[in-house]
Amino acid sequence: MTFENITAKPGQWLQGEGPHGKIVVSSRIRLARNLRDRPFPGWAKKAERLQILGEIRDHVGAIPAMQAGYAAALSDLSALQKQILVERHLVSREHAAKNAGSGAVVISHDQQLSIMINEEDHLRMQSLLPGLQLSEAFRINNEADLFLEDRLPYAFHPELGYLTACPTNVGTGLRASAMVHLPGLVLAEQINQIVNSVGKIGLAVRGLYGEGTEALGNLFQVSNQTTLGETEEEIIDRLGKVIEQVIEHEQNARQTLLERRANMLLDQIGRAYGILGNARSIASKETLNLLSILKLGADLGLFPETTQLAVDELFITTQPAHLQLGAREEKLSPEERDTLRADLVRAKVKIIPEPNIAKVGPAANGRKKDQ
Amino acid sequence: MLCEVCQKNDATVFLTQIVEGKMQKANLCEGCSKEKGVSDPTGFALADMLLGLGASQQIERGQPSQRCPVCGFTQADFKKTGRLGCSSCYDTFADGLANLLKGMHKGLVHTGKMPARLSRQFAMADRVKTLESELDQAVKQEKYEEAARLRDEIRQLEHELQA
Repeated sequence: MTFENITAKPGQWLQGEGPHGKIVVSSRIRLARNLRDRPFPGWAKKAERLQILGEIRDHVGAIPAMQAGYAAALSDLSALQKQILVERHLVSREHAAKNAGSGAVVISHDQQLSIMINEEDHLRMQSLLPGLQLSEAFRINNEADLFLEDRLPYAFHPELGYLTACPTNVGTGLRASAMVHLPGLVLAEQINQIVNSVGKIGLAVRGLYGEGTEALGNLFQVSNQTTLGETEEEIIDRLGKVIEQVIEHEQNARQTLLERRANMLLDQIGRAYGILGNARSIASKETLNLLSILKLGADLGLFPETTQLAVDELFITTQPAHLQLGAREEKLSPEERDTLRADLVRAKVKIIPEPNIAKVGPAANGRKKDQ
Repeated sequence: MLCEVCQKNDATVFLTQIVEGKMQKANLCEGCSKEKGVSDPTGFALADMLLGLGASQQIERGQPSQRCPVCGFTQADFKKTGRLGCSSCYDTFADGLANLLKGMHKGLVHTGKMPARLSRQFAMADRVKTLESELDQAVKQEKYEEAARLRDEIRQLEHELQA
């Protein structure tokens, strides 16, 4: 498989809707593994890192799920290609930025599984699925892990479990996370409460800037913080239950907004539709925030069902490297990027019919006063 | 305000995350925030970084000159990077780490899965220990026939363990 095959289509996590797909964009599982008594990548000399890469690489390529997959040393990728992989969540930003000398990545043909070699740990295995599917994501990742454990001498301690470069990952080496889209809770100004209460039970919610209120695109990542002292299933279970509660709160918030502040909601959606459909230059941040509102509109039935997929895809394709790749020219300036982004968004949004206000019922006829 | 990572540039990116009801803040410059993957809200780098920031202070126990016999890593290196040198460092710096891990995790003992090959080995090693104490007993009680049988079984297991 070539690099072009990867960019030719969105990852499977973007195709079709997973369980609770309206609110949970994606589920991810990461496992960290290392070789016994070999220096971790951050401490190893380059020659040793290259040797370790050589020892690991063929085994990773031989994983059944990786057949017909894509494999590359980071040194063989251009800066743009690496950035594309970052924007597709297939390679971490740090891996792309730092480990050119001895890092590598192997990606399955459906882009569900990606394995980074010589990131912070010798092996970082990641599985990514649409919607809320943490257990299934773990199953996919675990299969790869079982294949490798027979072939590589893992660093495993009878008490501490899988040993990792950073003590925060020791034990299961497992980080589970779900990306959730919470425009209702943000608009209803209840997001802080949710962030706080989830934070109290050993999970983390992250947004960007400030107290989690201004997360770009109203997207939040909920993940486990601890990796030692619980089984993989317990970690995933606990996270899954919390996500289900978050989903319920988001649904309630949306319902309440519809009942009490329909005009405000429709105003926001209409403006997002108007701007995205007509802008001639638009920055990444504004794009994400408006796309989020458009997605909310689609969830509420104001736009045809296909709109959701179009919006999810735009979340990725309007990122800088994807724009650059589409341009196939000299390096774009930020202004050129904003213009190109606006073109791309406009083309997609123009074909979406105007919001069908009747869909949200009698409360939404615009006459009801906002609270 | 200076960036907490490079300690050189002015911090312009302010992050907050809440864990266990405790607020954690990190102030970063633009360069470091990019490098650490801060602008990627879906990434894991952010979690790793925030958790790692406070970690390096807590391992300072035992002799500061202590060096990992396998990879040559020292406590000073941990303080600098917040990462360990190799899997053996977990034994070398076990004292300081125990304290650190206590504050970080739900428990101190791994209860999840383990590589199948190792789980067989651990089971065998456990069996050897049991047999050895039985052997001691047998010798004390002058049950020499049983002792001989136990000794053979232990030898057999040790042989398998080495294979």
